[in-house]
Amino acid sequence: MTAPTESSPFSSADLARHRLSPQEYRRITELIGRHPNLNELGMFSVMWSEHCCYKNSRPLLKGLPTTGPRVLVGPGENAGVIDIGDGLRVAFKIESHNHPSAVEPFQGAATGVGGILRDIFTMGARPIASLNSLRFGPLEDARNRALFRGVVHGIGHYGNCVGVPTVGGEVYFDPTYSGNPLVNAMAIGVLETPEIVRSGAAGIGNPVLYVGSTTGRDGMGGASFASAELSDASQKDRPAVQVGDPFTEKSLIEACLEAFRTGAVVAAQDMGAAGLTCSSSEMAAKGGVGIEMDLDLVPVRETGMVPYEFLLSESQERMLFVVEKGREGELIALFERWGLHAVVVGRVIDEPLVRIFHSGTVVAELPARALTDDAPVYPRAVLPEPPAAILKLRAFDWHSLAEPADYTEALLTLLDSPTIGSKSWVYRQYDHQVQNNTVIVPGAADAAVIRVRPQSFGPGEVEAVPFTERGIAATVDCNSRYVYLDPYRGAMLAVAEAARNLSCVGATPLAITDNLNFGSPEKPEGYWQLAMACRGIADACLELMTPVTGGNVSLYNETQSDGGTTAIYPTPTIGMVGLVEDIHRTCSQNFKSPGDLVYLLGGGEPTLGGSEYLACLHGVAAGEPPVLDMALEIQVQSVCRLGIERGLFKSAHDVAEGGLAVALAECCITGNLGLDAVLGANHPRADVVCFGEMAAAIIVTIDPSDQVACELWLECSLAERWKLLGTVAAQSFDLRVENRDCRISTSCERLKTTFEQAISRRMEHIPVTEAPQR
Amino acid sequence: MKFAVIVFPGSNCDRDVVTVTRGLLDQPTRLVWHTEDDLDGCDVAVIPGGFSYGDYLRCGAIARFSPVMQAVRRHAERGGLVIGICNGFQVLTEAGLLPGALMRNRALQFVCDRVALKVERTDLPWVHSYQPDEVITLPIAHGEGCYYAEEATLAELEENRQIVFRYCRPDGTIDAVGNPNGSLHNIAGLCNRHGNVLGMMPHPERASDPSLGGSDGRRLFEGLVASALAVV
Repeated sequence: MTAPTESSPFSSADLARHRLSPQEYRRITELIGRHPNLNELGMFSVMWSEHCCYKNSRPLLKGLPTTGPRVLVGPGENAGVIDIGDGLRVAFKIESHNHPSAVEPFQGAATGVGGILRDIFTMGARPIASLNSLRFGPLEDARNRALFRGVVHGIGHYGNCVGVPTVGGEVYFDPTYSGNPLVNAMAIGVLETPEIVRSGAAGIGNPVLYVGSTTGRDGMGGASFASAELSDASQKDRPAVQVGDPFTEKSLIEACLEAFRTGAVVAAQDMGAAGLTCSSSEMAAKGGVGIEMDLDLVPVRETGMVPYEFLLSESQERMLFVVEKGREGELIALFERWGLHAVVVGRVIDEPLVRIFHSGTVVAELPARALTDDAPVYPRAVLPEPPAAILKLRAFDWHSLAEPADYTEALLTLLDSPTIGSKSWVYRQYDHQVQNNTVIVPGAADAAVIRVRPQSFGPGEVEAVPFTERGIAATVDCNSRYVYLDPYRGAMLAVAEAARNLSCVGATPLAITDNLNFGSPEKPEGYWQLAMACRGIADACLELMTPVTGGNVSLYNETQSDGGTTAIYPTPTIGMVGLVEDIHRTCSQNFKSPGDLVYLLGGGEPTLGGSEYLACLHGVAAGEPPVLDMALEIQVQSVCRLGIERGLFKSAHDVAEGGLAVALAECCITGNLGLDAVLGANHPRADVVCFGEMAAAIIVTIDPSDQVACELWLECSLAERWKLLGTVAAQSFDLRVENRDCRISTSCERLKTTFEQAISRRMEHIPVTEAPQR
Repeated sequence: MKFAVIVFPGSNCDRDVVTVTRGLLDQPTRLVWHTEDDLDGCDVAVIPGGFSYGDYLRCGAIARFSPVMQAVRRHAERGGLVIGICNGFQVLTEAGLLPGALMRNRALQFVCDRVALKVERTDLPWVHSYQPDEVITLPIAHGEGCYYAEEATLAELEENRQIVFRYCRPDGTIDAVGNPNGSLHNIAGLCNRHGNVLGMMPHPERASDPSLGGSDGRRLFEGLVASALAVV
């Protein structure tokens, strides 16, 4: 079609308010052959936001591997689904709620959990676990403490109430996140329906059923709000943050799963970002059909709402179904039994349009594809070379820095870093055992392990409770300092670490979901980071055979201050799930008994580049991050899994931030035991040996009676790439470096106290009601 | 022994209990919807954890008015066994089937952990598989588990030996250090005068499957089943 000739009814200020560029507006008029009305402009505003249409990231996401023998559903649906054998299918996905959490931490984080859970049960899967990846500025700043407290409280409140265990996660603290915290929530579910529920509408004349909660003015335009930089004025966007009701969500989970089992639901889509607009247009476009809806039929929580508000509302706990004609009555009765609204608001039509009625007139009529598939895409040129500033940081020569005078103090300083220290202040606020499936609880190992079993029995006599031996392990990982210094290698390291964490509990890595948190793609450096990180994820996933089944992109994570903008560290969070064939054969990180032998498996060249040691003790974020030897990584992980499966390894823990000394200390702290060990001098500097970071390194212990057999096997499977470090002791922690005058000597008790209070001591004596100040 | 597990909208530990009674112990179990009003044929009524009716107003405050709670009350009055776990304990205090109230935790934070408990008596069907003064470990997960009652009520509870479980240190010492939520007299679970109604904040059903580690809670259910066999 061609653009209309009459002048636009909208001023440039109108367009700016809708976060549409003049070029995008022109494209809209070309697509529909006329000027849109205000309702339609609002619909385009949200549907063409980065959050909904990935206009900046889509060209880069194309390179990710998305298929594999276990992948049943890849990217594009509400969540990815994989086959874990024994007839069990698992849905999982990660999603960000960064901007809402920055403005209203409690509700922002709570609705982030609610949204990702809906993505899971929309597929016909019962949510069985949640994880989260959180990043904040330093806790020394009161505003960061308030955000941290609010976010953890919000996640806990929603997850605890809805009855889904929050089994794992990660929390990092760095000044880069001070104005812009990251809240990424991941959810996992087990399919309880014979057919995976899809979102494409079908069956001309089939009724469109609105279910769940009522529609109000909350969360207006949240998707476009989430796709812009944060500024002082963002606080006035608080109405764009939704309000969650986990009680309604719990009923909605049960009712939806029951409804899907009737076989009367043709398609389902959760109303998340862009609410009615997004669900109706995406369902119509995916099915190649149209949807007609009458807003007068939509249940409301307040009066006097105009069509624009209906269409852009992001009220929570709502879903849109297409159902079989004639069976709507039975479904409505089912939802009403759960105290939920269920109303026929429209029908599937032949013309591929979204047509909206209000008070008897058509208030919006748009081709479904114009809102979805025809959204603009902005492929951009990727910088051929890393930006000069990054090259300069990478070239930083840490060899000139002084070694610590006291290595024991250096270790204690690292254990006191909130990024390394115990996260028990966080996970004690999350119910991590509800549903009776948690095999490995938070803090006990490198990944969570849960048993996977459907629990579709409901009210009435319970005939049988099926059990399985099968479980899954899950983790979320990203060292964003590495990614900042080298986006390609950093992203690969994030995927490798996620797989290593799963291997340390004995699980075979299966697939990932990624959450790409970046700054503005409109800046060459920002786009370069995104492009290189995508390549890194793709290459690592190909080598580790863990395809990407979906994910989420959060751009414009920048804060405006003093006239300029500051971007966060690029943070491609990797959520990975792995298979545990037998939940009785898993492994935790804690040392088990004095006298056990401690081994290092693998271990690349240690470096201080990008390390927590440099950041904590020298206040420097620079240098080249660790080198990733992928062949060694794969080999070490495979040996670790095999050792666990054979019952040979009594504990396993990966070496990450803080290097070998911190990893060994963590094994002692969680086991309430000590250590007597000597590290090989694989570097002239003892601080590099103790605190240098590396990939492909795992610490394991064995019973001394297994020494001969174990070492023979390690010789065969890893050649020279393993080392006996020492033995587990009763109480004292004694770590030395070969041929160096360096010794870390203290009690396990002291390590434990420091580690466990790292976060809690910084959060104490602060009023609970402390409000975020902007 | 037949179990009735009550399901309110917002209950979320109902299936966890069924997993133990029907799944692990192979006892007939019925999930009873909150609008039903009879528990005929059931020996034990279990009010599970969760957030009944969203726990709006006050934890358990709305659930007490439900039809099924009238049936639970009649069951208790007939001497039938009733156990309320976590939110179920809150419901039982709101319904007046147990004295006192559960308030926000002392630290004003939700707490999920595994804690030590001292078993204060073993002469009831709930606890007769435990040893006197035994220290067991059970999971807790609650935001409002701080037990409160007036002095006179507390004295009566002590006098009548109605306190069944107390929070303690792993070595059995009963003091503030071993108290995760500030409960008065370290009360973690208590019963009515007759001993047929038990309320407890810890979750025995979450410590029942050895596959998940910990089985101290399973003995509570096994003891119940054994007591039924003994009566027959």
